Amino acid sequence: MGSSTENSAFFPTRNPWDTGRVPGGSSGGSAAAVSAGAAPFALGTDTGGSIRQPASFCGVTGLKPTYGRVSRYGLVAYASSLDQVGPIARDAADCALILQSIAGHDSRDATSLPDAVPDYSAALTGDISGLRLGVPSEYFAEGMDAGVRAAVTAAIDQLAALGAEIREVSLPTTQYALACYYIIAPSECSANLARYDGVKYGYSHQGDGDMWEAMERTRQHGFGPEVKRRIMLGAFALSSGYYDAYYHKAQQVRTLIRQDFAHVFEEVDALAAPVSPVVAFPIGERTDDPVRMYLVDVYTLPVNMAGLPAMSVPCGFSNGLPVGLQLIGPHLSEDRLLNIAHTYQQATEWHRERPGI
Amino acid sequence: MQYETVIGLEVHVQLHTRSKMFCGCPADYQAAEPNTRTCPVCLGLPGALPVINRRAVEYTVLTGLALNCRIPEFTKFDRKNYPYPDLMKGYQISQYDLPLALDGFLEIDGDTQLGLGRRRIGVERVHLEEDVAKLQHFPGEGYSLVDVNRSGVPLMEVVSKPDMRSAEEARQYLTLLHSIVQYLGVSTGNMQDGNFRCDANVSIRPVGSQILGTRTEVKNMNSFRAVYQALEYEVVRQREVIEDGGAVVQETRGWIEEREVTVSQRSKEYAHDYRYFPEPDLPPLRIGPERVAELAAELPEFAPQRSARFQADLALSGYDADLLAGSRSMANYFETTLTLAATAKEVANWMLGDLARLLNQDHREIDASPVTPQRLADLLALVADGTLSTSLAKTVLEEMYATGGEPADIVREQGLGQISDTGAIEAAVAEAIAANPKAVADYISGKDTAARFLMGQVMRLTKGQAQPELALRLVQEGLELQKTRGSLEP
Repeated sequence: MGSSTENSAFFPTRNPWDTGRVPGGSSGGSAAAVSAGAAPFALGTDTGGSIRQPASFCGVTGLKPTYGRVSRYGLVAYASSLDQVGPIARDAADCALILQSIAGHDSRDATSLPDAVPDYSAALTGDISGLRLGVPSEYFAEGMDAGVRAAVTAAIDQLAALGAEIREVSLPTTQYALACYYIIAPSECSANLARYDGVKYGYSHQGDGDMWEAMERTRQHGFGPEVKRRIMLGAFALSSGYYDAYYHKAQQVRTLIRQDFAHVFEEVDALAAPVSPVVAFPIGERTDDPVRMYLVDVYTLPVNMAGLPAMSVPCGFSNGLPVGLQLIGPHLSEDRLLNIAHTYQQATEWHRERPGI
Repeated sequence: MQYETVIGLEVHVQLHTRSKMFCGCPADYQAAEPNTRTCPVCLGLPGALPVINRRAVEYTVLTGLALNCRIPEFTKFDRKNYPYPDLMKGYQISQYDLPLALDGFLEIDGDTQLGLGRRRIGVERVHLEEDVAKLQHFPGEGYSLVDVNRSGVPLMEVVSKPDMRSAEEARQYLTLLHSIVQYLGVSTGNMQDGNFRCDANVSIRPVGSQILGTRTEVKNMNSFRAVYQALEYEVVRQREVIEDGGAVVQETRGWIEEREVTVSQRSKEYAHDYRYFPEPDLPPLRIGPERVAELAAELPEFAPQRSARFQADLALSGYDADLLAGSRSMANYFETTLTLAATAKEVANWMLGDLARLLNQDHREIDASPVTPQRLADLLALVADGTLSTSLAKTVLEEMYATGGEPADIVREQGLGQISDTGAIEAAVAEAIAANPKAVADYISGKDTAARFLMGQVMRLTKGQAQPELALRLVQEGLELQKTRGSLEP
């Protein structure tokens, strides 16, 4: 879990562009592998940005599908109402191929969408003329890395040159998404991780003490600090006396976030924004400050709250580190997003850059 | 001080669906070897997801309708979180604030000893959840075993309002609820097998008080009788506690069958905060009024109404009617047989007599009877037209039961048809008279009963096939002839 892949049972993964820096997270391993050329593509899971953000930090292309587009059966559950599996690859065309393979209804996943899967590769026409592209002002706030701002702005200009009509839009609930996510995700997580007690499978603490002590020791030693943090947060947010003020409230705010996006998508066909306000940071820089760590996901979280599809597309560098452009679309618009990314990648070379590793 | 008893019952009914509540595993786990009815879903393995069993939802709605409940249009599942080795996921998928059925009632006769007559016992709610795995403990051995077969079996919970005022009323409510779920076919309702589990909430208060007393929860009652005894015991126990100057402690108490007492089950665990939240893996359900109407149309006539109809329309006794209406399959069998041109009293006698005896010997339900309604009706027709005597018919029934054969075939194959040919019987009469001179002499000297004895001999000689009335008449004629002859002899 987490935004840097420093919380690992093995060891932190390193960013191929600068091995002293994080690859992003939580699917940092997948993004680093593709970036370093160790794999032609990889799957990641995105609950709050965990495909898009590491793709952005590692200079590769990633896609988080609409919630329910890809089956979650077989995916170790973290936050059930947010998790989605998606591809990380060198470009949009590859992502289209992989998504084609994994998308579709699964009768074993009751949240899986029944909608037919379009031909994603056929949707890559290379033509975005007339596309109404929204730029949400809240995503370009203070505190953003100047280099990130520059690269993303340049990418939007490039899309305009390719025929897109750029409009300024507003998503006022953006500021609430972080708090909303960090109540809902840990709550669902606290229940999803309850099964790991050493009784049936997995790490099981052996030693003196009764069954309850063994279960406690198993979880004490078996879970890392970030996971434990989230379980505790979640159990608290759901507890009697706090449920209404936290979990229930967060779910209501979530509806507002969804409505915000729905409203905006009446005016535009897609949104362009940064993936993260920062580029890859040094290993260990944010591990002592969980909240500062959580802040790298402020632009990706709202998308999961609303269940929307989104992509991260390499669009430049800041101080030698990759920057990702985020494309967000209405429900089930993966074909449209892939085409926008593909069209951009026909006209630019950022996605072809390789780390020196 | 006079005290009033307040009882509420929570009944867990295992639903008789083919597969489990959230996965495709077979739900019939009773006879299976441990851990052979499992899959990643009911094992709660990482990555497994639940999918709702439609039939279980329908059964629950049907039950709610049978209990006069309101079926809300919107319902959902929730996670009930607590750790225990028999709870595979660490949470149970259940229903919290939006259950499938609400605000119903059952009418009981009431405890007349308390001066309470026929009235409604409220049903608070009916909801759906999954059962947990089964633990096997070995005291002193240092381990327990988990059998996951039962994990995920659909469980319907019926919660009553605390409207019952005695163990007798609880018994009536439970009996009626049991009959209803059996009649609906949603459960076999077998308490001993664990298909129908009852927990009780019991408290007492001074008569006239509107405030509820402190209640205890009583568990581990494994039969209707146990429920009755446990409740009676607990009420007395609570009264004694109060009369001794103490206060009833809110706790869970287990019924100990062998000692006929309830015992406190205070455990080291804390009272659980279940941290309920809506199950994110399952979309909520919308059950429209049209669907509810469709299901309502499926409701059968229940036991009390059916029995009343048997008494009114068919002139059966209350005792017989209750027995025949007791189960849906019995009642259906009875009514089907009647449509095949038999009389109610006849059918009732055979069903409750010889047929019941044969079925009970094998522990078979009437659904599994080799004697079908058609065959029973055919047998009764053979008795009615004189082909078979009643006693012979019993023999034929046993043969029908053993072989599944048709009565006409059996009669023919075994030559069991009643002999009504006078000539044939006369031969037997002559033989009987010749072989029993003493009986003849008794008859002549005035003992009329000797005729019966000789008739019995004729029946024996004809292997029971002589038509009894005819045999008796011919014996009497034969004996009269002997009398006449005797008086004519020099």
